[in-house]
Amino acid sequence: MGRTLFAKIWDEHQIEPLEGDNFLILIDRILLHERTGSVALESLAAAGRAVASPAQTFATMDHIVDTLPGRSDHTLMPTGTAFITATRAAAQAAGITLFDLGDPRQGIGHVISPEQGIVLPGLTLVCPDSHTCAQGALGALAWGIGSSEAEHALATTSLRVRRPMTMRVTIDGALADDASAKDLALHLLALFGSAGARGHVVEYAGNAVRALDIEGRLTLCNMAAEASAFSAIIAPDEVVFEYLRGRPYAPTGAGWEAAVAHWRTLASDADAAFDAELRIDAREVRPMVTWGTSPQHAVPIGSTVPSYEATARDTAEAHARALDYIGLAAGALLGAQAIDAAFIGSCTNGRLSDLRRAATVLRGRRIAPGVRAICVPGSGAVKAAAEAEGLDRVFLDAGFEWREPGCSMCFFAGGESFGPQQRVISSTNRNFESRQGPGTRTHLASPETVAASAVAGRIAAPAELEPLR
Amino acid sequence: MSPFITLTSRAVPLIRDNIDTDAIIPSREMKGTGKTGLADGLFAGWRYRAVGGRVPDPNFVLNDPVYADAAILLGGANFGCGSSREHAVWALAEYGFRVVIAPSFNPIFRGNCVRNGIVPIELDPGPVAASGGPMTVDLVRQTVRTSEAGFTFSIDAEAKVMLLGGLDAIDLTLTRAARISAFRAQDRNRRPWAYPGEA
Repeated sequence: MGRTLFAKIWDEHQIEPLEGDNFLILIDRILLHERTGSVALESLAAAGRAVASPAQTFATMDHIVDTLPGRSDHTLMPTGTAFITATRAAAQAAGITLFDLGDPRQGIGHVISPEQGIVLPGLTLVCPDSHTCAQGALGALAWGIGSSEAEHALATTSLRVRRPMTMRVTIDGALADDASAKDLALHLLALFGSAGARGHVVEYAGNAVRALDIEGRLTLCNMAAEASAFSAIIAPDEVVFEYLRGRPYAPTGAGWEAAVAHWRTLASDADAAFDAELRIDAREVRPMVTWGTSPQHAVPIGSTVPSYEATARDTAEAHARALDYIGLAAGALLGAQAIDAAFIGSCTNGRLSDLRRAATVLRGRRIAPGVRAICVPGSGAVKAAAEAEGLDRVFLDAGFEWREPGCSMCFFAGGESFGPQQRVISSTNRNFESRQGPGTRTHLASPETVAASAVAGRIAAPAELEPLR
Repeated sequence: MSPFITLTSRAVPLIRDNIDTDAIIPSREMKGTGKTGLADGLFAGWRYRAVGGRVPDPNFVLNDPVYADAAILLGGANFGCGSSREHAVWALAEYGFRVVIAPSFNPIFRGNCVRNGIVPIELDPGPVAASGGPMTVDLVRQTVRTSEAGFTFSIDAEAKVMLLGGLDAIDLTLTRAARISAFRAQDRNRRPWAYPGEA
């Protein structure tokens, strides 16, 4: 019996068995951010323990830092400064590489880790952040953990892990020209449900996955968190190797050749068995938007809000709660809903290709009157590259704000908010109640759909806009 | 962390599917870099009448005086989904919960519970809640008993050992430090690129 990609990486990192299905697993990379990393580092120091392998540990400022131009350690979040200064002090004391404010490499952890070549195929990488699964896009086993587990990894270079189950999702065919990786991710969530991959490592395979660039793969893997997956992973291929070649923390010279030779073995064997298998046709994927308060509440943009009977997933009470919160009735046409705000950014869709697709929609157009629109590049490198090709002007000329890198308004930490009952179309990953601010109503979509909706002043796919003359 | 053997308590029924960690502890309630001061923020968005306020909403089950001393929480499927924030578990523990019973848990949340002495029990909460009275959780026997019925649950062997002993996972793993060092030394030769600055 052959082995899965997951099993090959797992076996290589298995230090020894523990109780039951648990194993002591070697951890190759630890990524921290100021929101939860500060807690882990401070607690570790308070216990008199040291960071065992600082060279394998990296920290960034993304969750709490402001994204307004001219930002500093002082934050709109009332107590945010403490998170920033504590992380900085702890990182310095421990000898950890920190991508601090003002560093051109600073940005969202899951954006900068691939950019810097910190994540590599076959590595185990953990971060106290649920969207760490995004980094499986490069063929690593990357998963989100809590702060206590982060402390454990920092202190011991290992984690005690219950062996996850495996699921392969094979996506055949090709995505339509008007559908992107985000639409695919939302399509899958509508199929899976919010617990559909619970406890599994999801391997994405098939032609449609192979055809995605690294950024699209990161978007796809990112949203596995919304199905409660342990993680997501894609077998590394030439696209990954070419992407990583020459990145600052990638191996070089003979080391690079040895690494690539090893990485080429990282694929599921033809006769490998998975605990679950799912096969879908990429041609069925339409531009998607969410109607409720869970990422599983996703439908094609032209749809109406489904009735309780039509969803077949929520309880009647949960369905009613979601509609009450979002301020829509079953049967309402999603495309008719006026929006108050539009947000482009996040670890899901804050990369250069995301901004390019949105800019293609915005070029020569203006956002609708009364709509507040914000674009937050995912990293300093994304921002610089976007500005080098004039994308900042496209966003600004269209009426968008152009921000500094960070997680920004993907979630409300006590600083900036969109406000109660404000309807926001957002390229982020969570439409939970009050996620983007108390009472704020979030509709998840791709960056190009967010851009088109900002122009239309209502939920709209790019194809619905009047052609430019 | 105090060991968990048995516990008898009323159980708060908050049986909704997909209760996410943003709902358990909103990000705006995570004000400091420590692990404490979070109980007041527990379920803040549902528990209080106004955002940021502290006037209890009498319609929210946690504010029912019957459950004032309850240490068991009954939740719906996929409990603790969303953000990995351990603050959700710290808030539950600080409030006084030692057990969460739900049909299923998000894996990160489940791990966070075990690290903090909260027992995550996978059971259908409906039948457990039926008696409406106190219940006894016995971790050694893996049972939940109400005045009307008894239920058995399965729990991961490692989690059970950790919870029964109130063990610190880092202390436990550090007893294997020599084994980890030896493994790393071998691995360093095999995969030098995993060690920055060495390939």
